[in-house]
Amino acid sequence: MMQQVEPWVVLSFCSAIFFIGLAGVLIRRNILVILMSIELMLNAVNLTFVTFSKQLSQMGGQMAVFFIITVAAAESAVGLGLVIAMFRTLRSVDTDQIQLLRE
Amino acid sequence: MLALIPLFPLIGFLINGSWYAFLQAPSGRPKAGAAVPGVIATLAIFASFVVSLILFLQLNELSADNRVIDQLVLQWITIGDFKLDIAFHLDALSSLFTLVITGVGTLIHIYSIGYMGHDETPGKFFSYLNLFCFAMLILVLGSSLPVLFMGWEGVGLCSYLLIGYWYSDDEKASAGKKAFIVNRVGDFGFLLGMFLIFSTFGTLDFTALKVAVVHGHEIALPAGVALGTVTSICLLLFVGCMGKSAQIPLYVWLPDAMAGPTPVSALIHAATMVTSGIYMVSRLNYLYTLSPAAMSVVAAVGAFTAFFAATIAIVQRDIKKVLAYSTVSQLGYMFLACGVGAFASGVFHVITHAFFKALLFLGAGSVIHGMHEEQDIMKMGGLKSKMPRTFLVFAVGWLAICGVPPFSGFFSKDEILWQAFSSEHGSVLLWVLGALTAVMTAFYMTRLFSLIFLGKPRFDEKAMSHHSGHDDGHGHGHGGVHESPFVMVGPLMILAVLSAVGGFMGLPKVMTGTEGWLEHWLEPVIPIHEVVEYSSSALEWGLMGFSVVLAVLGIFAGLKLYQNLNKPKALAERWPVMHGLLENKWYVDEIYQAVFIRPIRALSVGLWKGFDVAVIDRIVLGFGRVFEWTGQTLRMTQTGSIQTYAFVLLIGIVMIVGYLIYGMV
Repeated sequence: MMQQVEPWVVLSFCSAIFFIGLAGVLIRRNILVILMSIELMLNAVNLTFVTFSKQLSQMGGQMAVFFIITVAAAESAVGLGLVIAMFRTLRSVDTDQIQLLRE
Repeated sequence: MLALIPLFPLIGFLINGSWYAFLQAPSGRPKAGAAVPGVIATLAIFASFVVSLILFLQLNELSADNRVIDQLVLQWITIGDFKLDIAFHLDALSSLFTLVITGVGTLIHIYSIGYMGHDETPGKFFSYLNLFCFAMLILVLGSSLPVLFMGWEGVGLCSYLLIGYWYSDDEKASAGKKAFIVNRVGDFGFLLGMFLIFSTFGTLDFTALKVAVVHGHEIALPAGVALGTVTSICLLLFVGCMGKSAQIPLYVWLPDAMAGPTPVSALIHAATMVTSGIYMVSRLNYLYTLSPAAMSVVAAVGAFTAFFAATIAIVQRDIKKVLAYSTVSQLGYMFLACGVGAFASGVFHVITHAFFKALLFLGAGSVIHGMHEEQDIMKMGGLKSKMPRTFLVFAVGWLAICGVPPFSGFFSKDEILWQAFSSEHGSVLLWVLGALTAVMTAFYMTRLFSLIFLGKPRFDEKAMSHHSGHDDGHGHGHGGVHESPFVMVGPLMILAVLSAVGGFMGLPKVMTGTEGWLEHWLEPVIPIHEVVEYSSSALEWGLMGFSVVLAVLGIFAGLKLYQNLNKPKALAERWPVMHGLLENKWYVDEIYQAVFIRPIRALSVGLWKGFDVAVIDRIVLGFGRVFEWTGQTLRMTQTGSIQTYAFVLLIGIVMIVGYLIYGMV
């Protein structure tokens, strides 16, 4: 019989990854890295969903994970497209340089 | 058919106006000939003269009781029971006025073609002139007070436009403004009077108003209407007349209005517009008859104005100013007639005055034209031989206004004097004022006539002919003082004939044994004024002879005194105070300046600086500053850095989640 991983271990791991992603979003200045950090946060959430799904024997969580994976794929496609367009016009992917909302 | 009368001048206005506005004005106003717009405008007014004549003849065939033509043009406003229509009403009174307006108007239009020959913008001038005729015809044809009021305001506007026609001259432009503003004061009274009529009688229609007051041959107060209300109505409406018809205290604009072109002075400020006050009073004669108090005020103001203006006219040096004060004085006569109940005599004088005063003004215009824009009569003299035709027609006008029989002025003026003496509303005092005015009128008109045409020339003929070197448009080979072209003298001759024989339409009863034609004609509108008290015809003949003596006396004194210019000068030096008073027009303008204009100005400046700038501006600008400061401060939060926003978002989410988890407990 396989040794079961304790849920708190998985959840701690998930929140660690989530906060690493969050820190990345807030701190890094490169948009590509920010997009990757968002991916990290999404996957941390996915893992949390799966954990609770298994623990509570409910399929809703796993359903949500599929949704999130699909939406995340679309999101990164759109996001990367925007980044390319941005780079073409502004010649930069540095968020310090891109502050068009300010004025 | 009736609506055609005002329609033709309107069409003329539109043609000339659009020609000026769309063709001449945008192309930098090159000089344009006066002939084409002049002929268009003349044809327009002549067409309405023809229509007026046809309708007059139609009226003549109707029986006296239903001598009325009505036409509804437009149902303007209908609110519940209240109906306001644009409708025209031609009866005995308005048909006379339309004939005078279109007839004298046509002559003045023809004259203007010559007089305005050198003008740069004849299209504008003739379109204004046509617009004026349109408004004036609306005024006399309107079937209710609001329609009359539309015309009333329209003629005021045209008067303003035409007085300030040469607007680049500051003095002329402000004369126009003065006329408009003084008339505003009068119009205020007119409006109040109209409101009071509506709230009292519930109607503004002349026919309905008459039905409310006149029962058969009896004029009586309707039930529930106080006499005081009627008196107030009459007095308020009379305030409007004071403005439009230049009576004391609102006469001050008319002498200044002479800044306009001379045909305008003749048409608007002598023959037609200024008589609209008399028209309105005569139109509402049944209301005035109800109120003896109002009648007395009208008569007193009229008599005093006649006297007062005549004193000023005696010493004026500007040819047009003399005629302007004379107009004020003659208008005073007309109100005197209305005030003593002899409305028909007032209308009679309106007509004869339109003839001879238009003649005098146009003659003066001809003199001014021939003298190269010289208006000072002291610099004229001896024009009899230079301008023989103008001299002749002017002489007719002079005799007419002096009241020499059988010229027209004699009959109308004598009628007024007799009525002032004999009517139940009249008094000896009114008659004395009128008689004194008659002497002065004869005197100052003779002075004017003598200074212009008789004696030796007091101008430099060489300087005059030098003038014409750069004035080639006259169509005359020789320079110097010259007779005016036929297009100007022709209308003068027609007016001279009218001034000479116009009096026969209203021969006094004592001569023929029956009322004059005019009084009969007006009977459906203005009941024949019966004089009971003095039925002695000897008295009337005597007074008539006396007024002829007065006229001759004035003429004789004028001729004698102004034969030698040193004599009047000596007189002026002997009474310097009196002469100064008269020369400065009793300082009325200065008094008005001090009593009304300066305090109002000071108050306005005070309100502007003390309230508008100090209070209102501060409040409004303060609001602006508050928002500006708030905006500037809040702007600091907009860094534009997406990560800052994300961080703020995070804090917000943490706070909300924290509240949801712990705060709910």
